[in-house]
Amino acid sequence: MIKLFEVNETNNMILKENLDVRTITMGINLLDCASSDINKFNNKIYDKITKKAENLVKIGEDISKEYGIPIVNKRISVTPIALAGAATHANNYVSTAQILDKAAKEVGVNFIGGFSALVNKGMTPSEENLIRSIPEALSVTDHVCSSVNVGSSKTGINMDAVRLIGEIIKETAERTKDRDSIGCAKFVVFCNAPDDNPFMAGAFHGVSEYDVVINVGVSGPGVVKKALEGCRNENFEVLCETIKKTAFKITRVGQLVAQEASKRLGVPFGIIDLSLAPTPAIGDSIADILCEMGLEYVGAPGTTAALALLNDQVKKGGVMASSYVGGLSGAFIPVSEDQGMINAVLAGALTIEKLEAMSCVCSVGLDMIAIPGKTSTSTISGIIADEMAIGMINHKTTAVRIIPVIGKDVGDVAQFGGLLGHAPIMQVNNFDCSAFINRTGRIPAPIHSFKN
Amino acid sequence: MKKGIITVVGKDTVGIIAKVCTYLANHQINILDINQTIVQDYFNMMMLVDLDKASIQFGDIVDELEVLGKEIGVVVLLQLEDIFIQMHRI
Repeated sequence: MIKLFEVNETNNMILKENLDVRTITMGINLLDCASSDINKFNNKIYDKITKKAENLVKIGEDISKEYGIPIVNKRISVTPIALAGAATHANNYVSTAQILDKAAKEVGVNFIGGFSALVNKGMTPSEENLIRSIPEALSVTDHVCSSVNVGSSKTGINMDAVRLIGEIIKETAERTKDRDSIGCAKFVVFCNAPDDNPFMAGAFHGVSEYDVVINVGVSGPGVVKKALEGCRNENFEVLCETIKKTAFKITRVGQLVAQEASKRLGVPFGIIDLSLAPTPAIGDSIADILCEMGLEYVGAPGTTAALALLNDQVKKGGVMASSYVGGLSGAFIPVSEDQGMINAVLAGALTIEKLEAMSCVCSVGLDMIAIPGKTSTSTISGIIADEMAIGMINHKTTAVRIIPVIGKDVGDVAQFGGLLGHAPIMQVNNFDCSAFINRTGRIPAPIHSFKN
Repeated sequence: MKKGIITVVGKDTVGIIAKVCTYLANHQINILDINQTIVQDYFNMMMLVDLDKASIQFGDIVDELEVLGKEIGVVVLLQLEDIFIQMHRI
Protein backbone atom coordinates (compact mmCIF):
# COMPACT_ATOMS: atom_id res chain seq x y z
CA MET A 1 0.00 0.00 0.00
CA ILE A 2 1.31 3.39 -0.99
CA LYS A 3 2.00 5.74 1.92
CA LEU A 4 0.66 9.26 2.31
CA PHE A 5 4.14 10.82 2.23
CA GLU A 6 4.89 9.05 -1.05
CA VAL A 7 1.71 10.38 -2.64
CA ASN A 8 2.58 13.86 -1.39
CA GLU A 9 6.13 13.58 -2.73
CA THR A 10 4.87 12.71 -6.21
CA ASN A 11 2.24 15.43 -6.21
CA ASN A 12 4.71 18.05 -4.96
CA MET A 13 7.02 17.12 -7.83
CA ILE A 14 4.18 17.70 -10.27
CA LEU A 15 2.54 20.74 -8.69
CA LYS A 16 5.55 22.61 -7.29
CA GLU A 17 8.66 21.38 -9.12
CA ASN A 18 7.48 21.25 -12.73
CA LEU A 19 7.70 17.47 -13.16
CA ASP A 20 6.21 16.62 -16.52
CA VAL A 21 6.47 14.30 -19.44
CA ARG A 22 7.99 16.58 -22.01
CA THR A 23 6.80 14.84 -25.12
CA ILE A 24 5.03 11.84 -26.57
CA THR A 25 6.37 11.60 -30.09
CA MET A 26 4.85 9.28 -32.66
CA GLY A 27 7.34 8.13 -35.26
CA ILE A 28 5.76 7.36 -38.64
CA ASN A 29 7.46 5.60 -41.54
CA LEU A 30 6.80 7.29 -44.90
CA LEU A 31 8.88 5.01 -47.14
CA ASP A 32 5.69 3.26 -48.31
CA CYS A 33 4.37 6.60 -49.59
CA ALA A 34 6.99 6.81 -52.35
CA SER A 35 5.73 8.02 -55.71
CA SER A 36 7.26 9.45 -58.86
CA ASP A 37 4.76 12.31 -58.69
CA ILE A 38 5.28 14.82 -55.88
CA ASN A 39 1.57 15.64 -55.62
CA LYS A 40 0.70 11.97 -55.17
CA PHE A 41 3.54 11.64 -52.65
CA ASN A 42 2.24 14.65 -50.70
CA ASN A 43 -1.30 13.26 -50.67
CA LYS A 44 -0.11 9.87 -49.48
CA ILE A 45 1.96 11.25 -46.61
CA TYR A 46 -0.88 13.53 -45.54
CA ASP A 47 -3.28 10.59 -45.45
CA LYS A 48 -0.88 8.32 -43.58
CA ILE A 49 0.09 10.91 -40.95
CA THR A 50 -3.45 12.08 -40.26
CA LYS A 51 -4.70 8.47 -40.03
CA LYS A 52 -1.95 7.11 -37.78
CA ALA A 53 -1.83 10.16 -35.49
CA GLU A 54 -5.57 10.76 -35.46
CA ASN A 55 -5.94 9.95 -31.74
CA LEU A 56 -2.46 10.93 -30.53
CA VAL A 57 -3.42 14.24 -28.92
CA LYS A 58 -6.68 12.95 -27.44
CA ILE A 59 -5.02 9.89 -25.87
CA GLY A 60 -2.14 12.04 -24.60
CA GLU A 61 -4.64 14.31 -22.87
CA ASP A 62 -6.59 11.36 -21.42
CA ILE A 63 -3.44 9.85 -19.92
CA SER A 64 -2.43 13.22 -18.56
CA LYS A 65 -5.77 13.64 -16.81
CA GLU A 66 -6.02 10.12 -15.41
CA TYR A 67 -2.56 10.10 -13.87
CA GLY A 68 -2.48 13.78 -13.01
CA ILE A 69 0.80 14.33 -14.83
CA PRO A 70 1.20 17.08 -17.45
CA ILE A 71 2.22 15.84 -20.90
CA VAL A 72 3.50 19.06 -22.39
CA ASN A 73 3.89 18.17 -26.05
CA LYS A 74 2.40 15.71 -28.48
CA ARG A 75 4.54 15.49 -31.60
CA ILE A 76 5.25 13.51 -34.76
CA SER A 77 8.49 12.48 -36.41
CA VAL A 78 8.60 11.08 -39.93
CA THR A 79 11.09 9.35 -42.19
CA PRO A 80 13.59 11.90 -43.55
CA ILE A 81 11.75 13.48 -46.47
CA ALA A 82 14.89 13.41 -48.62
CA LEU A 83 14.67 9.59 -48.49
CA ALA A 84 10.90 9.10 -48.65
CA GLY A 85 10.53 11.65 -51.44
CA ALA A 86 13.58 10.74 -53.52
CA ALA A 87 11.53 8.95 -56.18
CA THR A 88 9.68 12.17 -56.99
CA HIS A 89 12.88 13.68 -58.43
CA ALA A 90 11.52 16.99 -57.20
CA ASN A 91 13.97 19.88 -57.26
CA ASN A 92 12.15 21.61 -54.42
CA TYR A 93 10.42 20.14 -51.34
CA VAL A 94 8.60 23.23 -50.05
CA SER A 95 5.20 21.77 -51.02
CA THR A 96 5.98 18.70 -48.90
CA ALA A 97 6.86 20.91 -45.92
CA GLN A 98 3.52 22.67 -46.33
CA ILE A 99 1.72 19.32 -46.38
CA LEU A 100 3.54 18.27 -43.19
CA ASP A 101 2.48 21.56 -41.62
CA LYS A 102 -1.12 21.00 -42.67
CA ALA A 103 -1.08 17.44 -41.27
CA ALA A 104 0.35 18.71 -37.96
CA LYS A 105 -2.44 21.29 -37.70
CA GLU A 106 -5.08 18.67 -38.59
CA VAL A 107 -4.07 16.28 -35.79
CA GLY A 108 -3.22 19.06 -33.32
CA VAL A 109 0.47 18.37 -32.63
CA ASN A 110 2.75 21.35 -32.03
CA PHE A 111 5.74 20.15 -34.05
CA ILE A 112 6.40 17.64 -36.81
CA GLY A 113 10.03 16.66 -37.40
CA GLY A 114 11.63 14.92 -40.33
CA PHE A 115 12.11 17.55 -43.01
CA SER A 116 15.53 16.02 -42.93
CA ALA A 117 18.47 14.62 -44.84
CA LEU A 118 21.21 12.22 -43.76
CA VAL A 119 24.32 13.28 -45.61
CA ASN A 120 27.13 12.25 -43.28
CA LYS A 121 29.14 10.84 -46.18
CA GLY A 122 27.69 12.25 -49.37
CA MET A 123 24.62 13.99 -50.74
CA THR A 124 22.18 12.52 -53.27
CA PRO A 125 20.41 15.00 -55.56
CA SER A 126 17.26 14.53 -53.45
CA GLU A 127 19.16 15.39 -50.27
CA GLU A 128 20.81 18.45 -51.75
CA ASN A 129 17.46 19.66 -53.09
CA LEU A 130 15.86 19.16 -49.70
CA ILE A 131 18.62 21.09 -47.94
CA ARG A 132 18.28 23.94 -50.44
CA SER A 133 14.50 23.98 -49.74
CA ILE A 134 14.98 24.44 -45.98
CA PRO A 135 15.06 28.27 -45.79
CA GLU A 136 11.80 28.70 -47.70
CA ALA A 137 10.18 25.66 -46.05
CA LEU A 138 10.85 27.00 -42.54
CA SER A 139 9.67 30.48 -43.43
CA VAL A 140 6.29 29.38 -44.84
CA THR A 141 5.42 26.77 -42.18
CA ASP A 142 4.74 27.00 -38.43
CA HIS A 143 5.14 23.46 -37.10
CA VAL A 144 7.73 21.83 -39.34
CA CYS A 145 11.16 21.06 -37.91
CA SER A 146 14.18 20.25 -40.01
CA SER A 147 17.47 18.51 -39.38
CA VAL A 148 20.52 17.42 -41.33
CA ASN A 149 23.06 14.84 -40.20
CA VAL A 150 26.43 15.90 -41.59
CA GLY A 151 28.82 13.58 -39.77
CA SER A 152 29.28 10.34 -37.89
CA SER A 153 32.02 8.42 -36.10
CA LYS A 154 31.85 5.78 -38.85
CA THR A 155 31.97 8.06 -41.88
CA GLY A 156 33.69 11.27 -40.80
CA ILE A 157 32.31 14.74 -41.58
CA ASN A 158 30.86 15.83 -44.91
CA MET A 159 32.46 19.27 -45.14
CA ASP A 160 30.65 20.08 -48.38
CA ALA A 161 27.42 19.75 -46.41
CA VAL A 162 28.83 21.78 -43.50
CA ARG A 163 29.74 24.60 -45.90
CA LEU A 164 26.29 24.47 -47.51
CA ILE A 165 24.53 24.44 -44.13
CA GLY A 166 26.34 27.65 -43.12
CA GLU A 167 24.71 29.34 -46.11
CA ILE A 168 21.34 27.68 -45.45
CA ILE A 169 21.26 28.89 -41.83
CA LYS A 170 22.05 32.43 -42.92
CA GLU A 171 19.36 32.35 -45.61
CA THR A 172 16.81 30.89 -43.17
CA ALA A 173 17.62 33.72 -40.77
CA GLU A 174 17.13 36.31 -43.54
CA ARG A 175 13.78 34.86 -44.57
CA THR A 176 12.43 35.06 -41.01
CA LYS A 177 14.19 38.29 -39.95
CA ASP A 178 10.87 39.95 -39.10
CA ARG A 179 10.51 37.39 -36.26
CA ASP A 180 14.09 37.50 -34.92
CA SER A 181 15.16 34.82 -37.43
CA ILE A 182 13.01 32.19 -35.69
CA GLY A 183 13.28 29.85 -38.70
CA CYS A 184 16.75 28.85 -37.45
CA ALA A 185 15.24 27.73 -34.11
CA LYS A 186 13.45 24.97 -36.04
CA PHE A 187 16.60 23.64 -37.67
CA VAL A 188 19.37 21.53 -36.20
CA VAL A 189 22.54 20.06 -37.70
CA PHE A 190 23.82 16.78 -36.23
CA CYS A 191 26.76 14.46 -35.95
CA ASN A 192 25.71 10.87 -35.04
CA ALA A 193 21.98 11.71 -35.12
CA PRO A 194 19.88 9.05 -33.35
CA ASP A 195 17.00 7.38 -35.24
CA ASP A 196 14.58 7.49 -32.31
CA ASN A 197 14.99 10.94 -30.78
CA PRO A 198 11.60 12.26 -29.58
CA PHE A 199 12.84 15.83 -28.99
CA MET A 200 12.58 18.69 -31.47
CA ALA A 201 13.93 20.20 -33.58
CA GLY A 202 16.00 17.10 -34.37
CA ALA A 203 13.41 14.33 -34.31
CA PHE A 204 13.06 12.10 -37.36
CA HIS A 205 11.94 8.50 -37.83
CA GLY A 206 14.96 6.40 -38.78
CA VAL A 207 14.89 3.74 -41.48
CA SER A 208 15.61 0.92 -39.01
CA GLU A 209 12.43 1.69 -37.06
CA TYR A 210 8.90 0.18 -36.89
CA ASP A 211 6.18 1.41 -39.24
CA VAL A 212 4.76 3.46 -36.37
CA VAL A 213 6.29 3.82 -32.91
CA ILE A 214 5.85 5.78 -29.68
CA ASN A 215 8.90 7.43 -28.12
CA VAL A 216 8.69 9.45 -24.93
CA GLY A 217 10.90 12.20 -23.57
CA VAL A 218 10.83 12.79 -19.82
CA SER A 219 11.98 15.85 -17.97
CA GLY A 220 12.15 17.39 -14.54
CA PRO A 221 15.19 19.58 -13.86
CA GLY A 222 13.16 21.32 -11.14
CA VAL A 223 12.76 18.04 -9.27
CA VAL A 224 16.50 17.36 -9.36
CA LYS A 225 17.24 20.91 -8.21
CA LYS A 226 14.82 20.57 -5.29
CA ALA A 227 16.32 17.23 -4.27
CA LEU A 228 19.82 18.72 -4.31
CA GLU A 229 18.72 21.56 -2.04
CA GLY A 230 18.51 18.86 0.62
CA CYS A 231 22.18 17.88 0.27
CA ARG A 232 24.11 21.12 0.46
CA ASN A 233 27.59 20.63 2.00
CA GLU A 234 27.34 16.86 1.47
CA ASN A 235 30.06 14.89 -0.32
CA PHE A 236 29.97 13.71 -3.92
CA GLU A 237 28.69 10.27 -2.98
CA VAL A 238 25.55 11.74 -1.41
CA LEU A 239 25.18 14.19 -4.30
CA CYS A 240 25.35 11.43 -6.91
CA GLU A 241 23.04 9.07 -5.03
CA THR A 242 20.44 11.82 -4.73
CA ILE A 243 20.52 12.53 -8.48
CA LYS A 244 20.26 8.83 -9.32
CA LYS A 245 17.27 8.25 -7.06
CA THR A 246 15.50 11.31 -8.41
CA ALA A 247 16.22 10.36 -12.03
CA PHE A 248 14.80 6.90 -11.33
CA LYS A 249 11.53 8.35 -10.08
CA ILE A 250 11.20 10.82 -12.95
CA THR A 251 11.89 8.12 -15.53
CA ARG A 252 9.35 5.70 -14.04
CA VAL A 253 6.63 8.22 -14.79
CA GLY A 254 7.85 8.43 -18.39
CA GLN A 255 7.89 4.64 -18.65
CA LEU A 256 4.32 4.44 -17.36
CA VAL A 257 3.09 7.08 -19.79
CA ALA A 258 4.95 5.45 -22.70
CA GLN A 259 3.46 2.03 -21.97
CA GLU A 260 -0.04 3.44 -21.57
CA ALA A 261 0.22 5.49 -24.77
CA SER A 262 1.57 2.48 -26.66
CA LYS A 263 -1.26 0.27 -25.40
CA ARG A 264 -4.07 2.74 -26.06
CA LEU A 265 -2.80 3.72 -29.51
CA GLY A 266 -2.03 0.13 -30.50
CA VAL A 267 1.47 1.17 -31.51
CA PRO A 268 4.77 -0.39 -30.31
CA PHE A 269 6.69 1.38 -27.54
CA GLY A 270 10.11 2.43 -28.83
CA ILE A 271 12.23 4.16 -26.22
CA ILE A 272 12.33 6.54 -23.30
CA ASP A 273 14.71 9.42 -23.83
CA LEU A 274 16.35 10.10 -20.47
CA SER A 275 17.03 13.74 -21.09
CA LEU A 276 16.77 16.53 -18.58
CA ALA A 277 15.16 19.23 -20.69
CA PRO A 278 14.69 22.74 -19.31
CA THR A 279 12.00 25.28 -20.19
CA PRO A 280 12.08 29.06 -19.78
CA ALA A 281 9.84 28.68 -16.69
CA ILE A 282 11.42 29.66 -13.39
CA GLY A 283 12.52 26.54 -11.51
CA ASP A 284 12.80 24.39 -14.64
CA SER A 285 16.49 24.97 -15.36
CA ILE A 286 19.59 22.81 -15.87
CA ALA A 287 21.75 25.81 -15.02
CA ASP A 288 20.07 26.07 -11.61
CA ILE A 289 21.04 22.45 -10.85
CA LEU A 290 24.68 23.19 -11.64
CA CYS A 291 24.53 26.31 -9.45
CA GLU A 292 22.93 24.26 -6.67
CA MET A 293 25.96 21.97 -6.83
CA GLY A 294 28.12 24.94 -5.92
CA LEU A 295 28.77 27.16 -8.94
CA GLU A 296 28.12 30.91 -8.82
CA TYR A 297 27.08 30.86 -12.48
CA VAL A 298 27.17 28.27 -15.22
CA GLY A 299 30.43 28.86 -17.06
CA ALA A 300 32.53 29.16 -13.90
CA PRO A 301 35.47 26.72 -13.63
CA GLY A 302 34.04 23.37 -12.56
CA THR A 303 31.02 23.66 -14.87
CA THR A 304 32.08 20.89 -17.24
CA ALA A 305 32.78 18.52 -14.34
CA ALA A 306 29.46 19.32 -12.68
CA LEU A 307 27.59 18.74 -15.95
CA ALA A 308 29.44 15.46 -16.59
CA LEU A 309 28.48 14.27 -13.12
CA LEU A 310 24.85 15.29 -13.58
CA ASN A 311 24.53 13.69 -17.01
CA ASP A 312 26.06 10.41 -15.92
CA GLN A 313 23.98 10.07 -12.75
CA VAL A 314 20.75 10.84 -14.62
CA LYS A 315 21.55 7.98 -17.00
CA LYS A 316 22.50 5.60 -14.18
CA GLY A 317 19.24 6.29 -12.35
CA GLY A 318 17.12 6.33 -15.48
CA VAL A 319 18.41 3.18 -17.14
CA MET A 320 17.01 0.93 -14.43
CA ALA A 321 13.66 2.70 -14.49
CA SER A 322 12.97 1.99 -18.14
CA SER A 323 12.92 -1.16 -20.23
CA TYR A 324 14.21 0.59 -23.37
CA VAL A 325 16.36 3.70 -23.34
CA GLY A 326 17.38 5.60 -26.44
CA GLY A 327 17.19 8.93 -28.22
CA LEU A 328 19.58 11.60 -27.04
CA SER A 329 19.49 10.72 -23.32
CA GLY A 330 21.46 13.42 -21.57
CA ALA A 331 21.19 16.91 -20.15
CA PHE A 332 20.17 19.59 -22.63
CA ILE A 333 21.92 22.93 -22.36
CA PRO A 334 19.95 25.28 -24.60
CA VAL A 335 20.59 28.92 -23.83
CA SER A 336 17.28 30.56 -24.75
CA GLU A 337 15.14 27.86 -23.11
CA ASP A 338 16.82 28.03 -19.71
CA GLN A 339 16.60 31.16 -17.55
CA GLY A 340 19.71 30.15 -15.58
CA MET A 341 21.74 29.94 -18.80
CA ILE A 342 20.44 33.34 -19.91
CA ASN A 343 21.45 34.84 -16.56
CA ALA A 344 24.94 33.35 -16.91
CA VAL A 345 25.36 34.87 -20.39
CA LEU A 346 24.15 38.27 -19.15
CA ALA A 347 26.59 38.11 -16.22
CA GLY A 348 29.45 37.44 -18.64
CA ALA A 349 30.11 34.00 -17.13
CA LEU A 350 29.18 31.86 -20.12
CA THR A 351 30.71 31.97 -23.59
CA ILE A 352 30.21 29.92 -26.75
CA GLU A 353 33.61 28.32 -26.19
CA LYS A 354 32.59 27.13 -22.70
CA LEU A 355 29.31 25.80 -24.08
CA GLU A 356 31.35 23.89 -26.65
CA ALA A 357 33.42 22.33 -23.87
CA MET A 358 30.24 21.44 -21.97
CA SER A 359 28.85 19.68 -25.04
CA CYS A 360 31.75 17.19 -24.81
CA VAL A 361 30.13 15.68 -21.72
CA CYS A 362 26.40 16.19 -22.19
CA SER A 363 23.89 15.08 -24.72
CA VAL A 364 23.56 17.69 -27.36
CA GLY A 365 25.65 20.69 -28.17
CA LEU A 366 25.36 24.32 -29.11
CA ASP A 367 21.63 24.64 -28.68
CA MET A 368 19.42 27.70 -29.15
CA ILE A 369 22.31 30.14 -29.23
CA ALA A 370 21.64 33.55 -30.72
CA ILE A 371 24.62 35.18 -32.45
CA PRO A 372 25.00 38.50 -34.29
CA GLY A 373 23.15 38.58 -37.63
CA LYS A 374 26.27 39.87 -39.38
CA THR A 375 28.21 36.65 -38.60
CA SER A 376 29.66 35.28 -41.86
CA THR A 377 28.51 31.98 -43.35
CA SER A 378 32.03 30.55 -43.09
CA THR A 379 32.16 31.38 -39.35
CA ILE A 380 28.83 29.60 -38.86
CA SER A 381 30.17 26.61 -40.79
CA GLY A 382 33.35 26.71 -38.69
CA ILE A 383 31.32 26.59 -35.46
CA ILE A 384 29.35 23.64 -36.86
CA ALA A 385 32.53 21.82 -37.96
CA ASP A 386 34.04 22.16 -34.46
CA GLU A 387 30.93 20.73 -32.81
CA MET A 388 30.66 17.90 -35.34
CA ALA A 389 34.31 17.00 -34.69
CA ILE A 390 33.56 16.63 -30.96
CA GLY A 391 30.77 14.18 -31.77
CA MET A 392 32.76 12.27 -34.37
CA ILE A 393 35.84 11.74 -32.20
CA ASN A 394 33.93 11.02 -28.98
CA HIS A 395 31.31 8.66 -30.49
CA LYS A 396 28.44 10.78 -29.25
CA THR A 397 25.63 12.83 -30.67
CA THR A 398 26.41 16.50 -31.04
CA ALA A 399 24.25 19.15 -32.60
CA VAL A 400 24.18 22.82 -33.48
CA ARG A 401 21.04 24.94 -33.38
CA ILE A 402 22.34 28.45 -33.84
CA ILE A 403 20.42 31.58 -34.75
CA PRO A 404 22.14 34.48 -36.48
CA VAL A 405 19.58 37.15 -35.58
CA ILE A 406 19.44 39.51 -38.53
CA GLY A 407 19.63 43.16 -37.47
CA LYS A 408 20.77 42.40 -33.91
CA ASP A 409 24.18 42.39 -32.29
CA VAL A 410 25.87 41.63 -28.96
CA GLY A 411 23.90 43.41 -26.21
CA ASP A 412 20.53 42.86 -27.91
CA VAL A 413 18.02 40.15 -27.01
CA ALA A 414 16.19 37.88 -29.47
CA GLN A 415 12.57 37.02 -28.58
CA PHE A 416 11.25 33.68 -29.83
CA GLY A 417 8.32 33.17 -27.47
CA GLY A 418 6.74 30.08 -25.91
CA LEU A 419 8.95 27.09 -25.17
CA LEU A 420 11.72 28.59 -27.34
CA GLY A 421 12.14 31.51 -24.92
CA HIS A 422 14.43 34.50 -25.44
CA ALA A 423 18.18 34.74 -25.86
CA PRO A 424 20.84 37.39 -25.40
CA ILE A 425 23.00 37.69 -28.54
CA MET A 426 26.35 36.05 -27.77
CA GLN A 427 29.79 37.14 -28.88
CA VAL A 428 31.32 35.02 -31.66
CA ASN A 429 35.02 34.60 -32.40
CA ASN A 430 35.22 36.34 -35.78
CA PHE A 431 38.75 35.45 -36.80
CA ASP A 432 38.57 34.11 -40.34
CA CYS A 433 38.24 30.39 -41.13
CA SER A 434 36.97 30.71 -44.70
CA ALA A 435 40.04 29.15 -46.34
CA PHE A 436 39.50 26.03 -44.20
CA ILE A 437 35.75 25.89 -44.77
CA ASN A 438 36.10 26.45 -48.53
CA ARG A 439 38.12 23.26 -48.97
CA THR A 440 35.91 20.65 -50.62
CA GLY A 441 35.34 17.01 -49.66
CA ARG A 442 35.19 15.17 -46.38
CA ILE A 443 37.06 14.87 -43.12
CA PRO A 444 37.85 11.12 -43.04
CA ALA A 445 36.43 8.78 -40.41
CA PRO A 446 38.52 8.77 -37.24
CA ILE A 447 40.64 5.89 -36.03
CA HIS A 448 38.80 3.69 -33.53
CA SER A 449 41.75 2.64 -31.45
CA PHE A 450 44.58 4.35 -29.55
CA LYS A 451 42.06 6.27 -27.43
CA ASN A 452 43.56 9.39 -25.98
CA MET B 1 -9.46 -3.71 -10.40
CA LYS B 2 -9.08 -0.09 -11.47
CA LYS B 3 -7.77 1.68 -8.40
CA GLY B 4 -7.44 5.39 -7.84
CA ILE B 5 -5.85 7.55 -5.18
CA ILE B 6 -7.80 10.57 -3.98
CA THR B 7 -5.86 13.21 -2.10
CA VAL B 8 -7.46 16.00 -0.14
CA VAL B 9 -5.24 18.82 1.10
CA GLY B 10 -6.30 22.10 2.67
CA LYS B 11 -7.32 23.99 5.78
CA ASP B 12 -9.25 21.76 8.17
CA THR B 13 -12.97 22.34 8.46
CA VAL B 14 -16.11 20.43 9.49
CA GLY B 15 -17.40 17.77 7.10
CA ILE B 16 -14.57 17.33 4.60
CA ILE B 17 -14.61 13.53 4.78
CA ALA B 18 -18.40 13.42 4.85
CA LYS B 19 -18.77 15.50 1.69
CA VAL B 20 -16.13 13.58 -0.26
CA CYS B 21 -17.52 10.21 0.88
CA THR B 22 -21.08 11.21 0.00
CA TYR B 23 -19.94 12.10 -3.52
CA LEU B 24 -18.15 8.74 -3.86
CA ALA B 25 -21.16 6.78 -2.56
CA ASN B 26 -23.46 8.57 -5.00
CA HIS B 27 -21.25 7.42 -7.87
CA GLN B 28 -20.70 3.79 -6.82
CA ILE B 29 -17.04 4.35 -5.95
CA ASN B 30 -15.93 2.02 -3.15
CA ILE B 31 -13.40 3.23 -0.56
CA LEU B 32 -10.76 0.56 0.13
CA ASP B 33 -8.58 2.47 2.58
CA ILE B 34 -8.28 5.89 4.19
CA ASN B 35 -5.21 7.53 5.66
CA GLN B 36 -5.42 10.97 7.22
CA THR B 37 -3.39 13.42 9.31
CA ILE B 38 -3.67 17.01 10.42
CA VAL B 39 -0.47 19.06 10.51
CA GLN B 40 -0.70 22.61 11.88
CA ASP B 41 -4.42 22.92 11.06
CA TYR B 42 -3.83 21.51 7.59
CA PHE B 43 -5.94 18.57 6.63
CA ASN B 44 -4.13 15.91 4.61
CA MET B 45 -6.01 12.81 3.48
CA MET B 46 -5.44 10.01 1.04
CA MET B 47 -8.06 7.46 -0.03
CA LEU B 48 -7.58 4.30 -2.03
CA VAL B 49 -10.73 3.74 -4.10
CA ASP B 50 -12.09 1.09 -6.44
CA LEU B 51 -13.40 2.63 -9.65
CA ASP B 52 -14.58 -0.55 -11.40
CA LYS B 53 -18.28 0.10 -10.78
CA ALA B 54 -18.13 3.89 -11.00
CA SER B 55 -21.28 5.25 -12.61
CA ILE B 56 -19.53 8.02 -14.62
CA GLN B 57 -16.35 8.44 -16.69
CA PHE B 58 -13.00 8.77 -14.93
CA GLY B 59 -12.30 12.20 -16.41
CA ASP B 60 -15.66 13.50 -15.21
CA ILE B 61 -14.98 12.28 -11.66
CA VAL B 62 -11.66 14.17 -11.72
CA ASP B 63 -13.45 17.37 -12.77
CA GLU B 64 -16.34 17.00 -10.33
CA LEU B 65 -14.04 16.28 -7.39
CA GLU B 66 -12.08 19.41 -8.27
CA VAL B 67 -15.29 21.44 -8.17
CA LEU B 68 -16.34 19.80 -4.88
CA GLY B 69 -12.92 20.66 -3.42
CA LYS B 70 -13.37 24.30 -4.36
CA GLU B 71 -16.76 24.36 -2.65
CA ILE B 72 -15.23 22.99 0.57
CA GLY B 73 -12.08 25.13 0.28
CA VAL B 74 -9.61 22.25 -0.17
CA VAL B 75 -7.73 20.71 -3.12
CA VAL B 76 -9.08 17.31 -4.19
CA LEU B 77 -7.17 15.24 -6.74
CA LEU B 78 -7.96 11.83 -8.21
CA GLN B 79 -5.18 9.94 -9.98
CA LEU B 80 -4.79 6.32 -11.05
CA GLU B 81 -2.78 4.45 -8.43
CA ASP B 82 -0.16 3.23 -10.93
CA ILE B 83 1.73 6.52 -11.05
CA PHE B 84 2.59 6.19 -7.34
CA ILE B 85 3.33 2.45 -7.50
CA GLN B 86 5.63 2.96 -10.47
CA MET B 87 7.52 5.80 -8.85
CA HIS B 88 7.90 4.41 -5.33
CA ARG B 89 8.06 0.61 -5.71
CA ILE B 90 10.64 -1.42 -7.60
